[in-house]
Amino acid sequence: MHKARTNPFNTMGMHGALILYTLIALFPVFVILINSFKARKAIFREPLALPDSDSFSLIGYQTVMRQGDFFLYFQNSMIVTVASLFFILLFGAMAAYALAEYRFKGNLLMGLYLALGIMIPIRIGTVAILEMMVATGLVNTLWALILVYTAQGLPLAVFILSEFMRQVSDDLKNAGRIDGLSEYTIFFRLVLPLVRPAMATVAVFNMIPIWNDLWFPLILAPAEKTKTLTLGSQVFIGQFVTDWNAVLSALSMAILPVLILYVIFSRQLIRGITSGAVK
Amino acid sequence: MTALKLTNVNKSFGEVQVLQDINLEVEEGEFVVFVGPSGCGKSTLLRVIAGLEDATSGEVTIDEQVVNQTPPSKRGIAMVFQTYALYPHLNVRGNMSLALKQDKQPKAVIEERVATASRMLNLEPYIDRYPSELSGGQRQRVAIGRAIVREPKLFLFDEPLSNLDAALRMNTRIEIANLHRQLGTSMIYVTHDQTEAMTLADKIVVLRHGQVEQIGSPMELYNNPTNQFVAGFLGSPSMNFFPAGLVHAGDDRTIGVRPENLYLTDDGVLDAEVSHVEQLGADTNVVAQVDDHQITVRLFGQHFIEEGQNLRFGFKPENAYHFDRDGLRLR
Ligand SMILES: Nc1ncnc2c1ncn2[C@@H]1O[C@H](COP(=O)(O)OP(=O)(O)OP(=O)(O)O)[C@@H](O)[C@H]1O
Ligand SMILES: [Mg+2]
Repeated sequence: MHKARTNPFNTMGMHGALILYTLIALFPVFVILINSFKARKAIFREPLALPDSDSFSLIGYQTVMRQGDFFLYFQNSMIVTVASLFFILLFGAMAAYALAEYRFKGNLLMGLYLALGIMIPIRIGTVAILEMMVATGLVNTLWALILVYTAQGLPLAVFILSEFMRQVSDDLKNAGRIDGLSEYTIFFRLVLPLVRPAMATVAVFNMIPIWNDLWFPLILAPAEKTKTLTLGSQVFIGQFVTDWNAVLSALSMAILPVLILYVIFSRQLIRGITSGAVK
Repeated sequence: MTALKLTNVNKSFGEVQVLQDINLEVEEGEFVVFVGPSGCGKSTLLRVIAGLEDATSGEVTIDEQVVNQTPPSKRGIAMVFQTYALYPHLNVRGNMSLALKQDKQPKAVIEERVATASRMLNLEPYIDRYPSELSGGQRQRVAIGRAIVREPKLFLFDEPLSNLDAALRMNTRIEIANLHRQLGTSMIYVTHDQTEAMTLADKIVVLRHGQVEQIGSPMELYNNPTNQFVAGFLGSPSMNFFPAGLVHAGDDRTIGVRPENLYLTDDGVLDAEVSHVEQLGADTNVVAQVDDHQITVRLFGQHFIEEGQNLRFGFKPENAYHFDRDGLRLR
């Protein structure tokens, strides 16, 4: 490893900037968190004050727990996000490998076609998607959401992953072929572990939009038993009155699972970055 | 018995023809080296033999069997790559035993072969380490070990030493020569280092632009090149070429003389001005200009020659090679 310039002022400046950025990024989250533990009046009187013995209240959380099937929404969101990510990564990586590794007719065209999806937002096709889901009877199932999110995530996944897969050493794959490994083993055991950082990047990119999406749950799966967290929280936002305690509590709880997923993926990211740097 | 036979092998990538009409036989136990400039198709030919690329046309025969349709793992070959290509997720033992496990060999056989190979290559202390914990030379030995344990009928080496430093390269070269002696298996070895080619080979195949220029033993090629390319490719410093017109007016052939066959003499035919001198201790290389032609002369021992000096060089007629305009040797 080479030593970077270790001028203490540089280091301090760098850390200062990073800390400042962290504070700015975390501030809204912090405000949501503290206010979710306050009584309604206190939220509006002093939004930035920490909850004290006077203003402390769990009313928001109690409302959320009482109202509807919060845990079911939670579970739905989790299932949809994790399943979509799984399929995006699996199919994205497989398609990327085929495009990067094998020479076949229309390889380039296929790559371009798949990349086209990056530029065209999937919501343009909402009506057609809804018709298809109605025709196949998938409306108001989680599968409807999973399929749509998988389709939405695939183009970018294929694009990013195929670029990385091209960089995996040909010799390594050939060594596997000579040793009698099947193409599937080569893909899963040799290639995938080497593009893990790219997979984590793709996962992080896709995770937040899926978790936060309101559009497709509202259109494709608004039924009580398939509501996602984002959609479920909408009951607290009315046209005339909004139950801020409940909204803030729901949001606070919604942060947790994404945070956990992010920690899992980012560990891969960091490992990938450092292992690439020290060649 | 022939270990490998190539009959009219062609290979194209789309429009580009990379290999043209290759014919070659490798005898049992022979050490064959492919040499040629970068991009001439050495690796491609090796990959065709291994089955990693399909020949566009022609036949590949290994051990008397046509293997065009046989997958690489069933061809009875083992390959060592320039970049080592060790499996990063397996330790040395795992790397060496993977092929045998795939082949469903009994545990005892696997263990015994891995033990033998690691003893041969002095890999025993590292057997439980992962590739990232090994030095370049050790990794290359593991790669060779991985080839040995398969007990192949034919070894393929693609520039195995080019990532090693000079001292290690020499050691590993000797190790590979020893290995060949011990195992007695046929080996094909790709390099563009002609020292490796000359020292290791029983038979050298010189390739250019995807075609075989000449096949023969190192000394045959050195003493009897069929064309100007082969003559210039083997030997270091490489052969001098100049128009025969410099010696006999009106002669339109090209003359080739090896640097060591030129000598200082007062009645030499080449009147040269020295432009550069390299003292190597045992030899002195003199680079000089004859008219516009640069020649290199290798003098034995130490000579103290000044740059800019005018010298005359001569050569014996039997040491001169003649080539026609297309580079073909005239005898
Ligand atoms: N997959 C491919 N598609 C198209 N052209 C290729 C492909 N692989 C190799 N070539 C071309 O074939 C030619 C021969 O390549 P090859 O790798 O066999 O050369 P080489 O003799 O091994 O060179 P080096 O000494 O640099 O390794 C090159 O001109 C290369 O551009
Ligand atoms: Mg090569």
